[in-house]
Amino acid sequence: MKNFLLSVVVIIIGCAVLQPFLPWYTIAVVAFAAGYVIKQNSLGAFASGFVGIFLLWVAYSFMLSHSNNDLLARKVATLLPLHGNVGVLLVITGVVGGLVSGFAALTGKLAAGLK
Amino acid sequence: MKYVKFLISLALTVGMVILLNSKLGVAPPFARFLNPFQGFWQNAENAKAWKDDEAKLPGLKDEVKVYFDERLVPHVFAKNDADLYFMQGYITAKYRLWQMEIQTHNAAGRVSEVVGEKALDVDRMQRRIGLGYGAEAGQAYIAKDPESKKLIDAYCAGVNAYIKALKPKDYPIEYKLLDYAPEEWTPIKVALLLKNMANMLSVFEYDIENTNFVAKYGDENFRKLYPDFIDKEDPIIPVGTKWNRPTVSMCDGDIVKKQKEVSAINAEHDLYANIITKPDEITGSNNWAVSGSKTKSGKPILCNDPHLRLSLPSIWYEMQLVSPNMNVYGATLPGSPAVIIGFNDSIAWGVTNGGRDVRDWYKIKFKDASRDEYEYNGQWVKSEKKVERYKVKGKPDVLDTVVYTRFGIVVFDKSFGTAPSRQDLAMHWTAHLPSNEFKTFYQLNCGKNYDDYIGALKNYNCPAQNFVFASRSGDIAIKEQGLFPIRDKRSEQGKFVSDGTTDKDEWTSFIPAEDNPTVKNPERGFVSSANQHPTDSTYPYYYPGLGVYENYRNRRINKMLTDGSGIDVDFMKRMQTDNYNLLASEAVPVLLSLLNKSTLSPDEIKMVDVLGKWDYVNGPNQIAPVYFEIWWNELRKLLWDEMMDKAVPMKQPNFYVTVEFLKHDSTSQFYDNLSTPDKKETREDVVLMAFKRIEDTLKKKEFTEVSEPYGADDSYKKNDLKPHDWGSYKDTKITNLAMIDPFSAMHVYSGGNIGIINATNSTNGPSWRMIVDEGAMKAYVVYPGGESGNPGSAYYDNMVSPWAKGQYFEANFLKQGDELGAKKLFVSTFKP
Repeated sequence: MKNFLLSVVVIIIGCAVLQPFLPWYTIAVVAFAAGYVIKQNSLGAFASGFVGIFLLWVAYSFMLSHSNNDLLARKVATLLPLHGNVGVLLVITGVVGGLVSGFAALTGKLAAGLK
Repeated sequence: MKYVKFLISLALTVGMVILLNSKLGVAPPFARFLNPFQGFWQNAENAKAWKDDEAKLPGLKDEVKVYFDERLVPHVFAKNDADLYFMQGYITAKYRLWQMEIQTHNAAGRVSEVVGEKALDVDRMQRRIGLGYGAEAGQAYIAKDPESKKLIDAYCAGVNAYIKALKPKDYPIEYKLLDYAPEEWTPIKVALLLKNMANMLSVFEYDIENTNFVAKYGDENFRKLYPDFIDKEDPIIPVGTKWNRPTVSMCDGDIVKKQKEVSAINAEHDLYANIITKPDEITGSNNWAVSGSKTKSGKPILCNDPHLRLSLPSIWYEMQLVSPNMNVYGATLPGSPAVIIGFNDSIAWGVTNGGRDVRDWYKIKFKDASRDEYEYNGQWVKSEKKVERYKVKGKPDVLDTVVYTRFGIVVFDKSFGTAPSRQDLAMHWTAHLPSNEFKTFYQLNCGKNYDDYIGALKNYNCPAQNFVFASRSGDIAIKEQGLFPIRDKRSEQGKFVSDGTTDKDEWTSFIPAEDNPTVKNPERGFVSSANQHPTDSTYPYYYPGLGVYENYRNRRINKMLTDGSGIDVDFMKRMQTDNYNLLASEAVPVLLSLLNKSTLSPDEIKMVDVLGKWDYVNGPNQIAPVYFEIWWNELRKLLWDEMMDKAVPMKQPNFYVTVEFLKHDSTSQFYDNLSTPDKKETREDVVLMAFKRIEDTLKKKEFTEVSEPYGADDSYKKNDLKPHDWGSYKDTKITNLAMIDPFSAMHVYSGGNIGIINATNSTNGPSWRMIVDEGAMKAYVVYPGGESGNPGSAYYDNMVSPWAKGQYFEANFLKQGDELGAKKLFVSTFKP
């Protein structure tokens, strides 16, 4: 459990620092590294990767959108089309990033097991 | 086993990254679009974060301050003109970058680079009508004028300074959705924007349509249905104004030579299948200026509301530009320097479109299929060819060979358009000729008086505009300015498809600017224009006059101004938002008198009653305009079905002619409906058939239930007639330039229509309303959009509702900049 939380925190901090300057798929590299270095079982590695980016992306999106009174998010959620539901759009954002990050962390963990 | 698991997991990860990083069909690349660090969430503008800021901008010569007011209107204060235009470019790019670029891509025929194959036909058309060709000619000409070149270069440098500093996360949302990046801004793009305007405004010729009509229905019908002038003509230059002796004699050698070979209208005409489609009835624009003799303040008041296709972001960007050389305020065209419509501390000006025919079609005879040579005065002349390359997104490049002749570009030929074998049609257009319109606007921006105004207009060629003028010193004036070919009246040159094998219909010279129709301080105390005929028939130069000229707004405006006295700003506001339907006032009594009421249902009798009691005001909460609109449109479909054959395009006679025809022609071949060969319809039959369609049309129309449309006031939904009233039926939509509905202003509740001063129909309308009071030195403005081009900004569409309700904002016309007080949003300071 301790390693799970450590992994989540490492991924959140690592991505929060690097993402403003690097493309979005940096999250895969960070999660891979976390999975490789921090010892966990496969499920734990995947879950920590998923949860880390899910939390980071949803929280940051929510922050940006909140100060915008959800003006743009409502329009995009109509366009996608999600009937203008900003909550669903936030969840989708988190899941898209979370899945990539989760599989990357899992890949990292499996790579570590190859030694 | 370990390896297999690892490889599967790795493949899944990499696969997902690639998939989520790619654009799939119309959908954006998902992870790139959704991730909050670079994706669309970054475009959600912080509603409270307006703070003064400061930045270094290499390229500036001196410090520039930009004061943003409560509507996000920038007031740029620079210490020289180059810095002023640099900052205009920079600030415009900051708020309107995507719009600027897509409009120039559109003019250049490059939209398929962004959206793929679906735009290829439109792109090919844009290049074949020569917008890029004209822009290149224009730009090369402008570059010869050092002052213009310097200022346009400064503007482009400002735009590029902004683009260069952009990170992908800052790209406007449309780039993220369509997955591409902005490119460098260049002087050719400035020229392209003007050609884009020309393509909206100087396209009103009906050579092919007229030729088709005469071929099918003969000369006599043509004269009757497409007259050069109507009997209630109320031209821009008041009837009776004396003309100068024409500077260019109509009896010059060249012209006399041509007149020997008058091509009679009865000559054999071909039928043509291809046209460039134009709107059938256009909404047009209004402008007027009233002299001090008619105003309360004793000083002139000037008004302008140009009507265009309504879009978000709006076609205009409101700005104030201040340098030691000028202090000017008004509507700018994003992507192009200077103020286009506006005022400074001495003068005000505005424009309406001068719809004169400046585009002629020539039938070219090629020697053979190679199209290397064409016949001209009995000889074979070499053509020029240009290969256009289209870099279609996601497809191999497409090549298209376009042939150029001395009569212009061959638009339709064997590789473009339908029915190819019989048509090689070349188009000559004043938009292809070199000119420097920027200079006109620059000189107007710095202008001090009437002479400056007339001097500025000399440089202006295309699209022709009616420039209205008022000065603080008390002058008013109007002038139709553009480049107009001198045409032969006897052959009605330019009205039909011309013979491209000889020089007899070739353009040789143009009407000198000083002979263009103009009037200064007329006795009646006002000048005005609403896209009507510029002159009566006594004007010494011939121009084809049919089809596009307005016959309703002009008469309404001139009546209100003639009747008005002690005019003030409130009077002008009422006028610009006036919904009186002059067409209906003339058509409804005729239609009702022709309607056989014996077969009507009780519900239909009620409709007759509503129409009979109507005050002819197209207010949004009225029901009568709905009945009239449907009746009128259905009647025209039945009456003019002869002109609706898609294989042989023709133009419907205009509204005025239609009313007169119904009133005076009790029998005519046109009443008979072509779709019912066994029955011969009469005038009364078509009037009744059209009326019977009102109920059906209303039943079929899908009214969207909207709780709070843009522009609706508190009374909305309290009225029993909803949602079938005029505002809901018309259902004005201000469409986003990327055609994205959630980024459009849907369901704008407003009155007006075509032919009404408030010419708002479902897609077009007053794109900028401006009233300049020279007495108080105050101006009132509004436009259906907002200053920001970002759909994630509160300033994207904040003026739509006030505009729809007929409200205005007083312009903050600043002297120093720092006097905004509580109206200040923030100040940006830029240092070299």
